[in-house]
Amino acid sequence: MTANRLAESLLALSQQEELADLPKDYLLSESEDEGDNDGERKHQKLLEAISSLDGKNRRKLAERSEASLKVSEFNVSSEGSGEKLVLADLLEPVKTSSSLATVKKQLSRVKSKKTVELPLNKEEIERIHREVAFNKTAQVLSKWDPVVLKNRQAEQLVFPLEKEEPAIAPIEHVLSGWKARTPLEQEIFNLLHKNKQPVTDPLLTPVEKASLRAMSLEEAKMRRAELQRARALQSYYEAKARREKKIKSKKYHKVVKKGKAKKALKEFEQLRKVNPAAALEELEKIEKARMMERMSLKHQNSGKWAKSKAIMAKYDLEARQAMQEQLSKNKELTQKLQVASESEEEEGGTEDVEELLVPDVVNEVQMNADGPNPWMLRSCTSDTKEAATQEDPEQLPELEAHGVSESEGEERPVAEEEILLREFEERRSLRKRSELSQDAEPAGSQETKDSGSQEVLSELRVLSQKLKENHQSRKQKASSEGTIPQVQREEPAPEEEEPLLLQRPERVQTLEELEELGKEECFQNKELPRPVLEGQQSERTPNNRPDAPKEKKKKEQMIDLQNLLTTQSPSVKSLAVPTIEELEDEEERNHRQMIKEAFAGDDVIRDFLKEKREAVEASKPKDVDLTLPGWGEWGGVGLKPSAKKRRRCPVVLLSRFLIKAPEGPPRKDKNLPNVIINEKRNIHAAAHQVRVLPYPFTHHWQFERTIQTPIGSTWNTQRAFQKLTTPKVVTKPGHIINPIKAEDVGYRSSSRSDLSVIQRNPKRITTRHKKQLKKCSVD
Amino acid sequence: MKVKMLSRNPDNYVRETKLDLQRVPRNYDPALHPFEVPREYIRALNATKLERVFAKPFLASLDGHRDGVNCLAKHPEKLATVLSGACDGEVRIWNLTQRNCIRTIQAHEGFVRGICTRFCGTSFFTVGDDKTVKQWKMDGPGYGDEEEPLHTILGKTVYTGIDHHWKEAVFATCGQQVDIWDEQRTNPICSMTWGFDSISSVKFNPIETFLLGSCASDRNIVLYDMRQATPLKKVILDMRTNTICWNPMEAFIFTAANEDYNLYTFDMRALDTPVMVHMDHVSAVLDVDYSPTGKEFVSASFDKSIRIFPVDKSRSREVYHTKRMQHVICVKWTSDSKYIMCGSDEMNIRLWKANASEKLGLTSREKAAKDYNQKLKEKFQHYPHIKRIARHRHLPKSIYSQIQEQRIMKEARRRKEVNRIKHSKPGSVPLVSEKKKHVVAVVK
Repeated sequence: MTANRLAESLLALSQQEELADLPKDYLLSESEDEGDNDGERKHQKLLEAISSLDGKNRRKLAERSEASLKVSEFNVSSEGSGEKLVLADLLEPVKTSSSLATVKKQLSRVKSKKTVELPLNKEEIERIHREVAFNKTAQVLSKWDPVVLKNRQAEQLVFPLEKEEPAIAPIEHVLSGWKARTPLEQEIFNLLHKNKQPVTDPLLTPVEKASLRAMSLEEAKMRRAELQRARALQSYYEAKARREKKIKSKKYHKVVKKGKAKKALKEFEQLRKVNPAAALEELEKIEKARMMERMSLKHQNSGKWAKSKAIMAKYDLEARQAMQEQLSKNKELTQKLQVASESEEEEGGTEDVEELLVPDVVNEVQMNADGPNPWMLRSCTSDTKEAATQEDPEQLPELEAHGVSESEGEERPVAEEEILLREFEERRSLRKRSELSQDAEPAGSQETKDSGSQEVLSELRVLSQKLKENHQSRKQKASSEGTIPQVQREEPAPEEEEPLLLQRPERVQTLEELEELGKEECFQNKELPRPVLEGQQSERTPNNRPDAPKEKKKKEQMIDLQNLLTTQSPSVKSLAVPTIEELEDEEERNHRQMIKEAFAGDDVIRDFLKEKREAVEASKPKDVDLTLPGWGEWGGVGLKPSAKKRRRCPVVLLSRFLIKAPEGPPRKDKNLPNVIINEKRNIHAAAHQVRVLPYPFTHHWQFERTIQTPIGSTWNTQRAFQKLTTPKVVTKPGHIINPIKAEDVGYRSSSRSDLSVIQRNPKRITTRHKKQLKKCSVD
Repeated sequence: MKVKMLSRNPDNYVRETKLDLQRVPRNYDPALHPFEVPREYIRALNATKLERVFAKPFLASLDGHRDGVNCLAKHPEKLATVLSGACDGEVRIWNLTQRNCIRTIQAHEGFVRGICTRFCGTSFFTVGDDKTVKQWKMDGPGYGDEEEPLHTILGKTVYTGIDHHWKEAVFATCGQQVDIWDEQRTNPICSMTWGFDSISSVKFNPIETFLLGSCASDRNIVLYDMRQATPLKKVILDMRTNTICWNPMEAFIFTAANEDYNLYTFDMRALDTPVMVHMDHVSAVLDVDYSPTGKEFVSASFDKSIRIFPVDKSRSREVYHTKRMQHVICVKWTSDSKYIMCGSDEMNIRLWKANASEKLGLTSREKAAKDYNQKLKEKFQHYPHIKRIARHRHLPKSIYSQIQEQRIMKEARRRKEVNRIKHSKPGSVPLVSEKKKHVVAVVK
């Protein structure tokens, strides 16, 4: 066995020797035969196959014993692998030679430096390049956004976009290229040339041009002097104006103003004589000023100053006078210019005073109301409110005195006011004998009223309160034999000022008090700013007009207990059985009532029924009335058939002029109370109706409106027709439309050409190409 | 006794000159002209009907080629001149007004793959299957001279398309890569690639002229920036895009004609969703060209028809076909936006009106009437009766039946999708919009 193995190993050794020899052969016979080389490779493969037979796939590493030109990559020996090659190892042999010291130094320096990170791979770099380039391009392109948007939304686009300049050469250019041919032309040109007249460019002779340009010395001087004078005058005037403006004296300004007014009046008088038309215009101006004054709150003693004066007015005569002055100014300004009889003028004045009063009263009412939430305040039903409007007597006279008189106040307000004042006086004298009224004089005197209109106003307010008070006291007398002490009279007035009195019911103990409560609630309701209510009042007031005393009586009658009981208000019910339970119940009901009021008018069923009734009515065929104006009467435009004709409808006429519509078939929804079946729908019309709302429209009425506006020339003027029918895109036949350019839309196009940019950065361009070129040259 | 007489001022009714229009006083009181809506409706209806009556778009057929017409080019400065290249390597120059061929050149061996004119119109370029780029003079050779190209560039690979820069002496070819050439040199000044598939078409942006778009057969559309010599972005669609066309009025908008019967209008800044998907064709779309107004474009399809689409609508407004027209390979919209030319397989170039019923050469009154009718049609376009008439087109049976088939298929697909959504967990099956459905990916 051992001998056998030995023989084998020997064989292998000899083979190896052969192998080692082979390269040498190869070296020699490299050019001669390729077959040998091939054989060697085959042999090697065989060896590899054999070596891989013993299970482990290991490659036998060939040893390189001799140098050869071509080294197979498989034959590279990796002996001593695992050891790292270190720079120091390489440098070791260099140690001795001193001439390489510098190199060594450099190398050591290199060693100390950190290694640079690996560069990104090519794909990654390209991707980054692309992204950057894309962002750049996108930015460049975004400048077109507004242009594109504008063009898309444009009403009309006319192509080609760039304006073609008409090729009209100026006459001089044409002339220069033109030659005189005919004898006449030649003659003319000869003449022109002889007299040195210009033929081309500037059509003026040099002399003419010079004369045009120049200005004589005298003229120039004159102009200068003129300018100087004008400037001096202006400065004088300015200085004067400044001086005058600085004067603080009121008297001076008053005088100036008066003077101006006088002057204006004089001028106006003169104008009236000379030029009536202009005067009329002036008048109109004055009228306008009056209107403005009437509209504004100026001079109405309502400003800050006026209020402060009003406080002082009682004690300070001067302040009173100042206020009066302001009022008189207002009067003057609001006076109508047509001067008529004195009395009328006076009345106008009083009217104005009335007008002055009105806004304050209104404000007062609002002030009363705007404190608490109206919904929370309410404790009565709407029915009681209506009753309240009838029942409360105090508010009405006041309303009549102020609110109504505003609209139609002529003589009535004055009279009423007088009456009120008188009453007021009487009351006062009754209650406090000792106290002397400030306005004790008969109220009729106009002067006092004018002077102290502010006072009058305040007095009136007091009066109205007093009147209320009075009424309550009277009623109390009527109900409870007048046992209530005097002190209670005073009570309601302060209560009136307090809006939140809902907590009161707990404290109620007597019937009288309850009654009072009801009344007060009524008052409060009255005070609420409800437009409907006010409307009712204004409607009602004319009925209650006749006379103040009469009215009063009426009101007294209205406010009796019975009347109160008949109204089905919860508050009245509570009158009968004043228990706490009832009150709670009442509260609940109030709440419900409140909600009901909030959603008032949402009666769905009734609405539906009403709708159905209307639909039925609409679908019924109508009678045709053929009565015409004319025919036995006067004819003409805008005439109606005479009343006689319309009224009288005997059988003959009826048959002649009024065509009775035939009874239609019964409606399909006749027996279906909850359904409305539309019988108008025409299936034949469906083909001509749009079923779905088209895209750009968001609501059907938009679409309908576009359809309903006609665009034809039958309905529109020529200009409008042209405008309505302008096409969106206009192209001219035979004109080339070029792509839009940056210059067309006012952008500056890039100055550099694309080509030059390419040539400037050729870095990446040529790399690939260079390779190709090389290849080509090699081929 | 004075006698009162009626008198008129002649100024109110006498013309100043004979050429003036007679003054016709009119009363515009609406009460005198009732029923405006029904009257206008009837007018609109009549206008629509007349439009269909007069819709005769076919103008002329230019025959002379001896093989299918593969490419078309417009002359940049002459409206009447058109160039066409055929599958047998022949280039012909046509005069549209005379409707005849004015010049014939045997330019290449094999297909003429692409043809484009120089921006000034003095010369034109062709590429062919014989791996050459040739530049030709627009004017023919003098008497006795031979037809010879100005320059010939011999390339290493086949060029499949060519387009000229809009302002400068630069042109771009495509094949294995996009090459940008200076006219003066025989080597490209720049070549750009992205991917390894052959590029079928390249187009310069007419507004921002340094931009290019190309489409390759690996289903992508690639945009390039010539100045930075780099591709910008790539979008991969469902199927191959045959060609693209830039909007001449909106710098960032282009439309791609796709094999999947649709056209896609993209905003090049947002490639992940097309602005609009135009679908009406029933076979691959082979070519697309914008109207110079940028409001519409025309597409040529393998289904033997051409269609006109408004840019902002997904459905076509017009379809043109004739019995003899075969697969339409190339289409062009003339520079005055009035006509359309298409070259097809059966060797003819056809000339169509862009508006089928447009009357050519209108007097001012006719123009006013036309505008009015147009507005009426627009106003009442949503009314079913009018809509039906306006939309009615006669189609060849093949296209018609294919449309029906497509509709059924589409409906089935939609139904399936709806069912899938309905019967799966809410949110697990996303609802993909039609626009997003066709974009596979956007590569940065």
